[in-house]
Amino acid sequence: MATQHSRSAARVMMAPAVILLLGWMLVPLTMTLYFSFKKYLPLRGGDLGWVGFENYVRFVSSSSFWPAIWTTLIIVGGVLAITVVLGILLAILLDQPMWGQGIVRILVIAPFFVMPTVSGLVWKNMFMDANNGFLAHLWRAFGAEPVQWLSQASLPSIVMIVSWQWLPFATLILLTAIQSLDSEQIEAAEMDGARKFSRFRFIVLPHLARAITVVVLIQTIFLLGIFAEIFVTTGGAFGTKTLTYLIFQRVLESQNVGLGSAGGVYAIILANIIAVFLMRIVGKNLDA
Amino acid sequence: MGQIQLSKVTKKFGDLTVIPPLDLQIEDGEFVVFVGPSGCGKSTLLRLIAGLEDVSGGQVLIDGQDATMVPPARRGLAMVFQSYALYPHMSVRKNIAFPLRMAKMDQAEQDRRVTQAAEVLNLTDYLERRPGQLSGGQRQRVAIGRAIVREPQAFLFDEPLSNLDAALRVGMRLEISELHKRLATTMIYVTHDQVEAMTMADKIVVLQAGRIEQVGSPLELYRTPRNTFVAGFIGSPKMNLLSGAQAEKHGAHTIGIRPEHLLISTESGEWEGTVGVSEHLGSDTFFHVNCPGFADPLTVRASGEMDLKYKSRVFLTPDPAHLHRFDAQGLRVE
Ligand SMILES: Nc1ncnc2c1ncn2[C@@H]1O[C@H](COP(=O)(O)OP(=O)(O)O)[C@@H](O)[C@H]1O
Ligand SMILES: [Mg+2]
Repeated sequence: MATQHSRSAARVMMAPAVILLLGWMLVPLTMTLYFSFKKYLPLRGGDLGWVGFENYVRFVSSSSFWPAIWTTLIIVGGVLAITVVLGILLAILLDQPMWGQGIVRILVIAPFFVMPTVSGLVWKNMFMDANNGFLAHLWRAFGAEPVQWLSQASLPSIVMIVSWQWLPFATLILLTAIQSLDSEQIEAAEMDGARKFSRFRFIVLPHLARAITVVVLIQTIFLLGIFAEIFVTTGGAFGTKTLTYLIFQRVLESQNVGLGSAGGVYAIILANIIAVFLMRIVGKNLDA
Repeated sequence: MGQIQLSKVTKKFGDLTVIPPLDLQIEDGEFVVFVGPSGCGKSTLLRLIAGLEDVSGGQVLIDGQDATMVPPARRGLAMVFQSYALYPHMSVRKNIAFPLRMAKMDQAEQDRRVTQAAEVLNLTDYLERRPGQLSGGQRQRVAIGRAIVREPQAFLFDEPLSNLDAALRVGMRLEISELHKRLATTMIYVTHDQVEAMTMADKIVVLQAGRIEQVGSPLELYRTPRNTFVAGFIGSPKMNLLSGAQAEKHGAHTIGIRPEHLLISTESGEWEGTVGVSEHLGSDTFFHVNCPGFADPLTVRASGEMDLKYKSRVFLTPDPAHLHRFDAQGLRVE
């Protein structure tokens, strides 16, 4: 498959896909960069000329910038921690032979099919509502004062909602990984005197390392951009303003496209820093 | 000590009885081979001894103690799996040391035992590698190393050589036999290959459909097979089994004669036939001879020098001292 001829043929045939993907990526990126150096206020005069790095300076010096970065990191980190830990536990549980396994597995995947907007609303109105929500009833049933989830514990609430959505994904990937573990390895460890926890620690967990890496990488990419869940629940109030949300506010609420674009460039930089960082920590698992 | 006794051991998977009640005594230091066709329950029997499967009935006694309910780790047995079951993310050193680490042995003793095992098994240069970077034979040795460092009461091997190529298999066969001589520990070895059984065993247990057909030393099984199954299974090439008129002449339902106990001649003999396929091994030649009135061709061993053309006429004479006779139930008649 690696003759001169087949290689150049491969290049020609791959070209359309590569060009499409490049265009797909480059056009918005270039436009974002272009606008980020302009004072561009669509409803207040339109294009008001080049301003150099002014938008960048303003975006960072805004009092909302660092809190937004922290909020983003807390949400991403919290959701990752919860989905990976619970995902492993659920995967182990679902791997056990049990009655109704097929149905239980489908039920576990179900949240993944619910649109983010819908799940945000369902959680907000049916679970977290302080008067009529399920959790409020539950709290009252135990004689406790219902929690004003989305205002008093806004960040944990968001983390909870997003974790609920992503848990199926993590569980599914980890479950397939667990199922691919050679049962003779577990038996060998059993004969070698490893107890249940040691078998998990020394055999199952290292076997899952690669799948965990995949879960962490993919989820991070998606979680950095979560928006709908915040929009329909807190609307960015009560300290739930992420970087994405901040950009949204700059562009649409303040109608400042230039400033928002500068924020977008920061978001790209943040995503890349995190990606490199993650690759460093977990990437070595990929070539093991 | 490594004496193992099975008493009325039974195993069922749901409605399927894989091992009907079975009794077996294995003495300390013996090399016992379980041999039988694929699917006859050899692995299941080994796993019952290891404790990886629960018995459906009966008892497993190790050194006279009832071990039926003892978990695998505390039976003092080490197992070498067919797939080797090495831990892929650990170095060879860590793989071998794993059982010691689980037993919380002190580090110096762990190192001493790993080093010693590595020397015995020629793995010293590979200790820092991962299993994925080793050849099949080396992986096999790591699996054995992991078993010997524990200094178990007995070793259990489940078809350990079936993933190796033919040349390596012969080499490893010798190594395992030497290991047994040196350690003098009980070994139970499962295989479907009767050559491995014959060459390695002190005692062979021939299994069919979970039943023990015969227990004995390799030569006992070769010389006095208890029934037609053992007669056909032990020995290579297979014993010729004949029934019908020829058998009745010798007063039996079935007679058996090994290829090496048939005399071939171009002039005269008891049975006349024509040569079919001939297999030249150099030292020996095996002829498949078609005799009129016989259901199957007879296999005959001749010296390597003998060369006969396809379809040439030959005469065969069985050596009466080595003729095996079996009754209608397939049992040996003396
Ligand atoms: N876990 C199991 N569940 C159901 N049947 C099994 C199981 N393990 C083995 N068997 C059956 O038991 C029989 C013997 O299997 P096994 O001991 O693996 O044979 P061998 O090792 O001699 O080839 C086979 O018919 C197999 O299908
Ligand atoms: Mg088997």
